[in-house]
Amino acid sequence: MSQKEQEIKFISGNVAAAYAARSAKVQVISAYPITPQTVVVEKLSEFVDSGDMPAQYIKVESEHSVMASLIGASIAGTRTFSATAGQGLLYMSEMVHWAAGTRLPIVMTIASRGIAPPWNIWADFTDVISQRDAGWLTAFASSHQEIYDGVLMAYKICENEEVLLPMFVAYGGFVLSHTFKPVIIEPDDKLEKFLPPLPDEKGWPHIFIDPERPMMHGNLIMPSGFYYEFRMKIHDEMMKSMHIIKQTALEFEKIFGRSYGNGLIQEYKMDDAEVALINIGGLALQAEQAVDELRQEGYKVGSVKLRHFRPFPTEEIINIAKKVDVIGVVDRDTAFGSPTGGAVSSECKSALHGTGIDTIILPIITGIGGREVSVEQQKEEFKKLIKLKETGELPKDMIHGTLWDGILEVK
Amino acid sequence: MVSLKELQDTAREELFLAGNSTCAGCGLELALRWAMKALGPKTALVAPASCLNVVVGLWPKTAPNFPFINMAFAASAAAASGLAAAFKAKGWGDMTSLVFAGDGGTTDIGIQGISGAAERNSNILYVCYDNEAYMNTGIQRSSSTPHGARTTTTPFGKQRFKKNLPAIVAAHNVPYVATCCISYPIDLYEKLKKAKDIQGFRYIHILAPCPPGWGFASEDTVRMGKMAVETGFWILYEIENGEFKLSKPSKKYLDPSKRRPIQEYLEIQKRFNTLTEVGLVKWEENIKNAWKYIDLELEIKEKNK
Repeated sequence: MSQKEQEIKFISGNVAAAYAARSAKVQVISAYPITPQTVVVEKLSEFVDSGDMPAQYIKVESEHSVMASLIGASIAGTRTFSATAGQGLLYMSEMVHWAAGTRLPIVMTIASRGIAPPWNIWADFTDVISQRDAGWLTAFASSHQEIYDGVLMAYKICENEEVLLPMFVAYGGFVLSHTFKPVIIEPDDKLEKFLPPLPDEKGWPHIFIDPERPMMHGNLIMPSGFYYEFRMKIHDEMMKSMHIIKQTALEFEKIFGRSYGNGLIQEYKMDDAEVALINIGGLALQAEQAVDELRQEGYKVGSVKLRHFRPFPTEEIINIAKKVDVIGVVDRDTAFGSPTGGAVSSECKSALHGTGIDTIILPIITGIGGREVSVEQQKEEFKKLIKLKETGELPKDMIHGTLWDGILEVK
Repeated sequence: MVSLKELQDTAREELFLAGNSTCAGCGLELALRWAMKALGPKTALVAPASCLNVVVGLWPKTAPNFPFINMAFAASAAAASGLAAAFKAKGWGDMTSLVFAGDGGTTDIGIQGISGAAERNSNILYVCYDNEAYMNTGIQRSSSTPHGARTTTTPFGKQRFKKNLPAIVAAHNVPYVATCCISYPIDLYEKLKKAKDIQGFRYIHILAPCPPGWGFASEDTVRMGKMAVETGFWILYEIENGEFKLSKPSKKYLDPSKRRPIQEYLEIQKRFNTLTEVGLVKWEENIKNAWKYIDLELEIKEKNK
């Protein structure tokens, strides 16, 4: 269990997620295997069954039971963890909503994959985006290190008494889950400073299991009761969590020396950029390479990593829009029938509404179902933004106002 | 066996308080009151969607005087497993993680979670109060509804027979399985008390007659449960570490001649008033078959002695 020294391990994204749960001194784990998350549950089994991690691990029979059991465990005041993907997340959806409604700081990593049919197991954030309105804070990791760091920050944020909501930390299936990179595993003394173990309470301020103070949770409430108000509080406190997220990113940087922008977004070479591309997950990191290469060719481009989709950093998007004339917003997800077909671009457009800022937003959908997105392709996306800025000309072959980049011709 | 006098002295405290909103003559209320007398206040109850969610009282009023968590329909066994894991993680060895679920939440939508928890041998006590239909939503058939019973989704009587969930749970080789009936509170109390002190997955299935759902007068609940046992339809037993034991109230009905005719049980409940002669014969055969299984269990036990 103990990690005396900092270690650099050459591990996959999934193993990084498992190490994060170990470093966070998670007390109860519940999980069910699903590609491409499987290695997380395997590695955790190894940690727990070998005695390396003194956690309770409930090996349940389905994802619905994953979240139900974590809700039970969290109500009694333990730090809880799970991991899932794609269909698994959809199957547990009822309990995903329940966890947020109970205001429990459960953290779950999502090795995102495409939704069936047809079967698809590769990177696509439609799974986690489908839980958009469940009341979970939603963070994306763009690197192996960010998976590890993101989980540590997630507990710190969620367990804050001003937040008390669950969080997803999502990363692309296979592109991050199954590739290997060096990841810094932090030592206990630093971890304890950043994320101390939970005090031995019988639960949380709002929910607990205590025969001395018997409490009923979740009984039927009439429309004239406080249901409406409870719901408003979830939104209110999720919005207010933005300052906790920022504060946590700062504190994380101070202790561990790694920066994640202001926590909500991370800018790359945006100071003098004329156009910007906003990405979620691994494509955001890859876009930085595209920026570097284009800058060598003389293009003033910048990249923005959207770390949090929930709460949505409206202010930050407005500030980006103030800096540049054209923003490409890339969705590796689909939101059928929405204004742009992608969830993130619709939010960005909505953020600018009524601000008087006339920055053009070009919605882009790409990489669906794990379709490869190359640096070259991202450079082309930037060039399309530049052309749009210079000539006002939209790319050819837009579909309902969105660039479905890299799509094959469909007859 | 604990005497009634002793029960009156030791189990006087009510943990499920008066002022709850059960119907008059509710079988569930008796089941829960007696169960909680046996289990005591160091019990956290998880209740899936069921009558129980409603009868505890509308927010902010509440009848249970012990920790009580309302849970999604299919989720109770897993949620209670999570509570048990947290109790272990925190070293609260004296807490009982209890599920109290209806027959719909148990035999239908919850069965996957129960099977998972039973196979894992999660340290929970799962109690099903069986009123033989979805009563909370207005009497729809469940897989625990018996043959011939009219419900709003079987308006001419159910064709299939009742699912034997205690047997299904017993097939998971769990430490303890028992059947109870609210009309035999001493038997119920003793089984709950025994189950409380066993580690691992424990399952207790309680028959809980429902006046509006079954169509009988509210003062007849206890009588109805007694008849279910006396006709040999509802058999009280326990299976402790694989060892089958017929419970005292059911013992004499091993002899078929001691059983009351099932017709007496069926004809006083309105839900059976479309039951045909053929249906009645099916009922009789079904009871005979159920007892064959009991005979077999007892034979096996005898052989193993």
